[in-house]
Amino acid sequence: MISLNDFLIVGAALFCIGLYMLLTKRNAIQLLIGIELMLNAAILNLVAFGKYDKINNGGQIFALFAIVLAAATTAVALAIILTVYRKYKTIDPGRINSLKD
Amino acid sequence: MSLAQVLFYAMAFIAIASAMYVAATKNLVRGIFMFFVTLFALAGLYVLALADFVAVTQIVIYVGGILVLILFAFMLSGKETLNSLGEQKGKLVNSGKIPGLILSTLFFVVMVAMILKMNADKLGWIQQSVANGNVMQPTDNGINNIGINLMTSYLLPFEAISILLMMALIGAAHIARKGPEA
Repeated sequence: MISLNDFLIVGAALFCIGLYMLLTKRNAIQLLIGIELMLNAAILNLVAFGKYDKINNGGQIFALFAIVLAAATTAVALAIILTVYRKYKTIDPGRINSLKD
Repeated sequence: MSLAQVLFYAMAFIAIASAMYVAATKNLVRGIFMFFVTLFALAGLYVLALADFVAVTQIVIYVGGILVLILFAFMLSGKETLNSLGEQKGKLVNSGKIPGLILSTLFFVVMVAMILKMNADKLGWIQQSVANGNVMQPTDNGINNIGINLMTSYLLPFEAISILLMMALIGAAHIARKGPEA
């Protein structure tokens, strides 16, 4: 029997690694990987609590929805990255500092 | 210590260690491939939380879809992508990263303190569902129940998310197209 606290601590560790990547990386693709790590930490928590909801399966079903949302987010974010790269020739978020004109 | 616990700690160690490697590495492609390992270890953790369907979905969508998409974006954005990586080489921890490191470490400390204080296994609704026998057992087959719930009580969010996914994919194709000025 694995305690629920262990799952939550693993989730917290993954979330903080994702937060660190989000704060320090200077490449939009690595920022995206950080966001995926944070999303995965959230999904791990949903699944861990979902074990105690056998009849309604709330946790597992919303974990599935969160995975689909992550896929949609990634597709749009990568399209934006490609467009930004075409316009600025860089994907460092610190150097993308002008609007359309 | 049971076998499940040994597997849990092994998977948790692999997941956290490979995520740290992804965060620390300077080689972007190696980081993306290490992210595979993180996702597989997380799928193993989902299995240990008795959510096998979510684990399989994780492997199919994340490993099969999202990571391939990330690799594509990496290849399409070309050599300039690597230049911003090359600038940050040097010391293991350079001064630009210290605030982020401090903030995320402190956030981790706060979250762990909260988790230990909350002690999730003693929460009211958890104890209640244990008392009512509403806990999944390793021998249960939960997938049938997920399918029935998805098509009955969660039908509205299911439809909403399918429309959202379609909108996101059309939008992504629209954004990524070559415009007249490009």
